[in-house]
Amino acid sequence: MLRYTLQRLLMTIPTLIGVAVLVFFMLRVVPGDVVEVKLRGDGGTVSQEVIDSERKRLGLDKPLIYQFGDYMYGLATLNLGTSMWTERPVTEEISLRLELSLQVAIMATIFAVLLAIPLGTTAALMRGTWVDYVVRIVTIGGLSIPSFWFGMLIMMGLLYYWNWLPPITFTPIYVDPIANLTQLIWPAMAVGYRYCAVVARMIRSSLLEVLNEDYIRTARAKGVFEKIVISRHALRNALLPAITVIGIEFAFLIGGLVVTEQVFNLNGIGKLFVQSVSRSDFTLIQGMVMMLAVFYIFVNLVVDLLYAVFDPRIRYG
Amino acid sequence: MTAITSSAPTAPTSAARPRGVIRDFINQQPLGALSFVVILSMTIAGIFSEWVSPYDPLHIDFAAILQPPSWEHWAGTDAYGRDIFSRIIYGARTALVISLTSSFLGSTIGAILGIASAYFGGWIDDWIQRFMDILLAFPIIVLALVVVAALKTAVLFGIDINLIVAVAIPIIPRVCRVVRAAALTIRVMPYVDAARAAGYSDSRIIFRHMAPNVVAPYLIMFTAFMAQAILLEASLSFLGLGVTEPTPAWGLMLSGNAADFYREAPWMILFPGLAISLAVFAFNLFGDSLRDYLDPRFKV
Repeated sequence: MLRYTLQRLLMTIPTLIGVAVLVFFMLRVVPGDVVEVKLRGDGGTVSQEVIDSERKRLGLDKPLIYQFGDYMYGLATLNLGTSMWTERPVTEEISLRLELSLQVAIMATIFAVLLAIPLGTTAALMRGTWVDYVVRIVTIGGLSIPSFWFGMLIMMGLLYYWNWLPPITFTPIYVDPIANLTQLIWPAMAVGYRYCAVVARMIRSSLLEVLNEDYIRTARAKGVFEKIVISRHALRNALLPAITVIGIEFAFLIGGLVVTEQVFNLNGIGKLFVQSVSRSDFTLIQGMVMMLAVFYIFVNLVVDLLYAVFDPRIRYG
Repeated sequence: MTAITSSAPTAPTSAARPRGVIRDFINQQPLGALSFVVILSMTIAGIFSEWVSPYDPLHIDFAAILQPPSWEHWAGTDAYGRDIFSRIIYGARTALVISLTSSFLGSTIGAILGIASAYFGGWIDDWIQRFMDILLAFPIIVLALVVVAALKTAVLFGIDINLIVAVAIPIIPRVCRVVRAAALTIRVMPYVDAARAAGYSDSRIIFRHMAPNVVAPYLIMFTAFMAQAILLEASLSFLGLGVTEPTPAWGLMLSGNAADFYREAPWMILFPGLAISLAVFAFNLFGDSLRDYLDPRFKV
């Protein structure tokens, strides 16, 4: 298991280098950078000398290959550089906002999984009935309703019924749990709906597949209670593929957070990413992309290792 | 989506004639047929916007600001007095143009890469797949945002090229994976060997012999990604990094100061969001039904 883990970690290095190279050069293909957005963004007239000196200060005047060398050297020494806009370290900008986004992500996961298991299971067990159809429509709705609009509907509902909107300033959970939860449960629901739909659909289809297996027929034939057939024999096996989906969707929750944080005015990772894109803050974009890629690869590895824990047939040498 | 990765393309046997195919589809997939009607009406609204919409979507009327839905303005008016219903109809055109071109581009490039990857195997397969792995390490919207950051704004003939590319690129690796899996089962078929033995060129075998046989997964992916593309375009426009004012676009109608009117003008938020959801829902459901219909393994 340890050797397998190390091997997998080694294999991720080329992918990560690929991500770094791709993002670095993509951002620099078309001219235009943070200096222009900063100094000329509001239509202000700034002389070319000022622009040039600012570029020089940020190191944007150096040949591309030097900039790339600096960047790769920084990555190798785990230094993501400083933001071109705020000029604070990228790691500091990220860590300031990580707590909030991570908490929303975890709450969304709990919400999604708790709802998805009963939904997916009942849909599979009552296949072809109206219950199945309702679940199908609800889950396709989860894939179709944009999370930012769902978030806006939640806000409108809160305003209409309680005349209250969640506060904008973030209270950590260890300072005031109630204030924290009442603030973050809404964005968690907004991103969690899609998550829940994806997981429920996966559980439904994998449970249907498992229910056709011989060992289910055997269990039924020898007179095991249907409840136990479902919960112990079928569901346990059907949940394995669901774990993959839960893991990957968790790593990709940032996608939902990008828009949802905008709706709820939360200062998290997603909002930081949108800001850095609209400001052409290359170093911050690169840093965040690297962080997300590392996170994604890490979650993937954990999912694969969990497989071995849950399925005794799988052993990693 | 994982369900179709190994699907071998098989045409339904009961549907040899085109009319039979349609009747067959309606009988087996009533929800799919219904969603097709929604897609069709959206398409008509998009193509004939000038005739269908009651008002000019850009016409600013300060005498009719923030009016609730009425017989004159079916979906009310916005903060500039523009008719929201007309803007939604024109928004269908924006959504369709961008999502159709981008998902066509993305699915086609992805499919060609997938077939080539399966056909050549060896180091070409390795390199293509490693590159796809890199693209797959990003959530869809993050990759799209990186492309937006890279291309800045590029508008050609009034169409946002940067947006189309941004939506198309995340589609490529996802289609490539599925089509490669389908193409791998075809590559070992005798007719591919026969074509190779007959001395046909690689490109001829890929385009004339293999491509027609992965049409089923291609079509399924194409419709599924139409839904994704509409959602993605709406999200980018909502973030202010997609379609720009004053072009009517659904996501854009929800962005900016729309949130200031939760209380005064909920219709400003309700209707554009409904339009996005309905369109994406229809494409998702249609893609789902198409998969069930084309893939016999899922039949009851």
